[in-house]
Amino acid sequence: MVHGNSQNRFYLLSVNRELRTVNEGFSMENLIWLVPTFPLAGFLVNIFLGRRLARLWVSWVACGAMGISFGVSLGLFFHLINLAPHLRHLEQELFTWIRIADFKAAAGFLLDPLSAVMILVVTGVGFLIHVYSIGYMGEDRDFARFFAYLNLFAFFMLLLVLANNYLLLFVGWEGVGLCSYLLIGFWFERPAAASAAQKAFVVNRVGDAGFLLGLFLIWTTFGTLQYGEVFHQAEGLHGVLTAPAGGGLSVVTWITLALFIGAIGKSAQLPLYVWLPDAMEGPTPVSALIHAATMVTAGIYMVARSSPLYTLAPFSLAVVAWVGALTAIFAATIACVQNDIKRVIAYSTISQLGYMFLGVGVGAFASGIFHLYTHAAFKALLFLGAGAVIHALHHEQDIQRMGGLRPHMRVTAYTFAVGALANAGIFPFAGFWSKDEILFAAFNGGFYVLWFLGLAGAFLTGFYMARLYFLTFEGEYRGDPHHAHDIHDAPPTMGIPLIVLAVCSVVAGFVGIPPEQGPFHQFLAPVLHHGGAAQAAAHGLAVPMAVLSLLVAGAGIGVGYLFYVSVSWRNVPEIWAARLQGLYRVVYHKYYVDEFYQDWVVGPLDRLAFFLWRGFDVAVVDGAVNGVARLMEMGSWGLRRIQTGVVFNYVLSILVGVVIFLGYLVWGR
Amino acid sequence: MPLLSLITFLPVVGTLGLLIIPRRRRNLIFWGALGTSVLTFLVSLRLYTGFELGVGEMQFVEAAAWIPSLGIQYKLGVDGISLFLVLLTTFLTPLTILASSGIKHRMKEYMVAMLLLETGMIGVFLALDLVLFYVFWEGTLIPMYFIIGIWGGPRRIYATMKFVLYTMAGSLLMLVAIIAVAWLHGRAGGGPTFDLTVLMNAEIPPAIQFWLFLAFALAFAIKVPLFPFHTWLPDVHVEAPTAGSVLLAGVLLKMGTYGFLRFALPLFPQATVTFLPWISGLALVGIIYGAWVAMVQPDLKSLVAYSSVSHLGFVVLGIFALNGEGIAGSVLQMVNHGLSTGALFLLVGMIYERRHSRMITDFGGLFRVVPVFAGMFLLVALSSIGLPGLNGFVGEFLILLGTFRVHPVYGIVAVTGIIWAAWYMLAMIRRVLFGPVIHQENAGLSDLNWTERIVLIPIIILIVWIGVYPTPFLRRMEASVERVIVQVERRQSVHSSGFTVQGKRAMNAETSSMNHKPSIMNPSPAHGSEFVVHGRGAIHGLSMNPELSTLNREARRQR
Repeated sequence: MVHGNSQNRFYLLSVNRELRTVNEGFSMENLIWLVPTFPLAGFLVNIFLGRRLARLWVSWVACGAMGISFGVSLGLFFHLINLAPHLRHLEQELFTWIRIADFKAAAGFLLDPLSAVMILVVTGVGFLIHVYSIGYMGEDRDFARFFAYLNLFAFFMLLLVLANNYLLLFVGWEGVGLCSYLLIGFWFERPAAASAAQKAFVVNRVGDAGFLLGLFLIWTTFGTLQYGEVFHQAEGLHGVLTAPAGGGLSVVTWITLALFIGAIGKSAQLPLYVWLPDAMEGPTPVSALIHAATMVTAGIYMVARSSPLYTLAPFSLAVVAWVGALTAIFAATIACVQNDIKRVIAYSTISQLGYMFLGVGVGAFASGIFHLYTHAAFKALLFLGAGAVIHALHHEQDIQRMGGLRPHMRVTAYTFAVGALANAGIFPFAGFWSKDEILFAAFNGGFYVLWFLGLAGAFLTGFYMARLYFLTFEGEYRGDPHHAHDIHDAPPTMGIPLIVLAVCSVVAGFVGIPPEQGPFHQFLAPVLHHGGAAQAAAHGLAVPMAVLSLLVAGAGIGVGYLFYVSVSWRNVPEIWAARLQGLYRVVYHKYYVDEFYQDWVVGPLDRLAFFLWRGFDVAVVDGAVNGVARLMEMGSWGLRRIQTGVVFNYVLSILVGVVIFLGYLVWGR
Repeated sequence: MPLLSLITFLPVVGTLGLLIIPRRRRNLIFWGALGTSVLTFLVSLRLYTGFELGVGEMQFVEAAAWIPSLGIQYKLGVDGISLFLVLLTTFLTPLTILASSGIKHRMKEYMVAMLLLETGMIGVFLALDLVLFYVFWEGTLIPMYFIIGIWGGPRRIYATMKFVLYTMAGSLLMLVAIIAVAWLHGRAGGGPTFDLTVLMNAEIPPAIQFWLFLAFALAFAIKVPLFPFHTWLPDVHVEAPTAGSVLLAGVLLKMGTYGFLRFALPLFPQATVTFLPWISGLALVGIIYGAWVAMVQPDLKSLVAYSSVSHLGFVVLGIFALNGEGIAGSVLQMVNHGLSTGALFLLVGMIYERRHSRMITDFGGLFRVVPVFAGMFLLVALSSIGLPGLNGFVGEFLILLGTFRVHPVYGIVAVTGIIWAAWYMLAMIRRVLFGPVIHQENAGLSDLNWTERIVLIPIIILIVWIGVYPTPFLRRMEASVERVIVQVERRQSVHSSGFTVQGKRAMNAETSSMNHKPSIMNPSPAHGSEFVVHGRGAIHGLSMNPELSTLNREARRQR
């Protein structure tokens, strides 16, 4: 019954689904709703009762919710695997959310290989980070509030990836933005945290406005926002959609570009990435979960989910790839000179997200998602490791004031090293497989400039990761001597997640072997459209290319070693920084992008608003209103003078009137 | 049983009761007023339960002759559009009365004014006779005049004079236009009547419609308020007592948008289309201008007031999209704005009572001091900026969708509104709730007491309910919204003098559909009945090309 093109499947399957639901009464897809429901329940318990519950209970509720959710996700995943590949598409419609006139949107879930991978990442990494937070946030007075927000985040993130239509995706999309806002501003008493939270939300709203326009265009074009129906129609309307329309671009190009604006905001790409480094004001587990492993990858997920549309819009794909590649190298340069341990990792995240967009942009959707998945493991690991360091050093974040920590915190040091190697893309760690695949896809598709940018970025990645690791853990301790004696490794609640993630960072890549043909890719294949280029792999080049990128990344690490460990090269970084002073300063100040936005967007808008209020609203608009009133008043004052109340005056005016009237009668005619 | 009259005049009955209570029995007065308004609310729920779904016409209609020689009737009715505005009124009034328990000065007069105001507001939404409508419309000014003028802030006299004179100046022209409509109808041989349902079918030449629409629109635009008629709003809000602000923003402003929908559109369809670009343009300016000016307000109340200008801009924009999504979104957004802005004013009032200041710079760090207040404030602010899952999103989304469908450029401009809203609202949240406690006066503030929580919790429940499951609301308004559209459409075909309908529509179709094949329709006036079908397609399916919309229909059928 189900053969032919993959799009028809959406259709037949939804029919099929109904039949099966009727026949069996119970089936696995009826459990999908459980996945987001547990974190929601955890949120409700902790936000309303958390202040009265003991910390142990709070953490059990929150972690338990995530754990069960992870278990259900695993169950669903295995159920999916047991189905024949073309049947791996389960939908569950809960209720009609909005229905008016021609518009209809449901609260409905879709479980297919893509969303299955995403919920595993979200609940799996999410669970580990919840456990880690028990230790990390142990002393915090707002323990319950923290876990409540974290659970709420998980709920919205699961909504985002499980939605079966664009509108529900948008609910999750803005919902995770809200949680990001709440968690960045978790320590709201610090003005920097409060400002960073606001900045994150507002910048994301810029992207969301674009995303909404994409939604509107999808709806006016297809009359629906449901994935299955949209993609099904997209196939049939190929000609109409790709015909040039407004501005010389096709409808589907406009749609995909508008959606991508949303992705730029959410996934922190040029030019809207500025909120992410500031987001490091939030507690470190938040940085790991939201600003590395899950939320910021929502943009990549969305583009991959929309692959049937993006493949119809080569121009949009090119934009995606270029934005990704430029962001990858741009953020990597900044990461090389930052001194805040979390900010280095944050810029690294931006850079890695750029790689993912480069991947999906050159049509290698599966490779992009593959990198998303490996990145979730090793970047969460890096952040949690950084958190352990910060925790041990009493909130010291400057890597220039660290060093020599390895003997004191072996678990943290070794797991961090694993994460760094994975991030740098060293064989056989997870990042190697996924990043190399993206670079290879770019090369293979003939995007040589993009490939070169990615390769240069790989060198920088090796360098900044080496710099980060060596400055933190090797050499001699340069920090506050008072803390030197009590540096210790993290408690088990923090240590165990580190070890689990470190193991993942080693083995996660193996499901992608052989490159582009691995079990991971085959699992995703039915969902993702291929841009053509990635498929026609010239396999003869695969190994040499991999060796090349390995060498480049290794060179980066080598330079890092020479600069920051080797005794004879000790002073080289300072010398170079001094020699290239201008360049160094520009990069150190993050290319002055924040200053640019402040001076050319925020400042002028503020002044304009103030002028509109005082100079226009009060003076001109209200001035006119009050002016009319004053004019009336003056007129009445004038008229009042006539009413003197003296009878003689009235008689006189009557007399004058009579005289004029008579005069008119007598002489006027 | 005359349900509508009962709902309308129950507060007046309560007022009569209050009058015989001695003024020193403050508790009795308070409970009497509260009881009356709660009873009114409970009775009005009968409207919701008894409302017949799928009916676009007026329900629960009551009619009686009032001044027969002039054709003036006492006629009330409710449809899916007014239903929720009535419920909003009866819902908010008891809450505002409950929030006013602290009124020290002349409580008896205050409660009387509140109850009379409730009657006036309900009457506005229920009246189906133009004169009756006008009586209620102006009638709301009197209690409001006293509420602001007696229980307001330091500049209350200036504010209340401005409010009354400004809105009255606008309404006077409307009175002239009302008389003119009836007179034109009479001259055409229809007999004297001010009955809206009859006048809706009157044929008024487009040239005259132009002026009559203008007169109505001015009255409504001032009330909404539409840019540039908005400057009374911040002044009045800053001076008004909390309850006054809540009802002003929550209900009274909606009288303007409701007026457009109930009177201006059905009575003057051709003029509606003529003025559409102008009014939409003013709405767009209001959305952005209101938000920008809100960014720099030092006073919490004037910030919320300017945000209302922005939000009401959305509502007007949606009405003039003239399609189901836009108008339904607008009606829902009227309710949403009433809830979230009403709650914002309540919260500002509560903190004002503790701190005797509304200046944003006097606050900071309240999240630590008064967590329940802060949590509710945050939630309501998020509802106001249209966070999905809360009520504001559903309305705003439908408005934007409906607008984008017919006027993509308006849609693109309006969608930036969500950025500015987040900007001013979150900046306010940051400065009030976040950061350290800088002022010692704030350190000892007490959190919300139970009365205050009881005031806010029902609103918050509705905020979440409408956000998660708006279906009960949308289903009830759908048929009536359709009916407005049909009315505007049908009348276009009667007077198809060429430029109004087809010309405009065809133009819209061209600008809006990026993928159009310019052959959507060009109906000739001769095919009257057929045009209804086509015309509706024109408004509804404007930006879909024929091939796509066929597919859509199929898809929808299969769903």
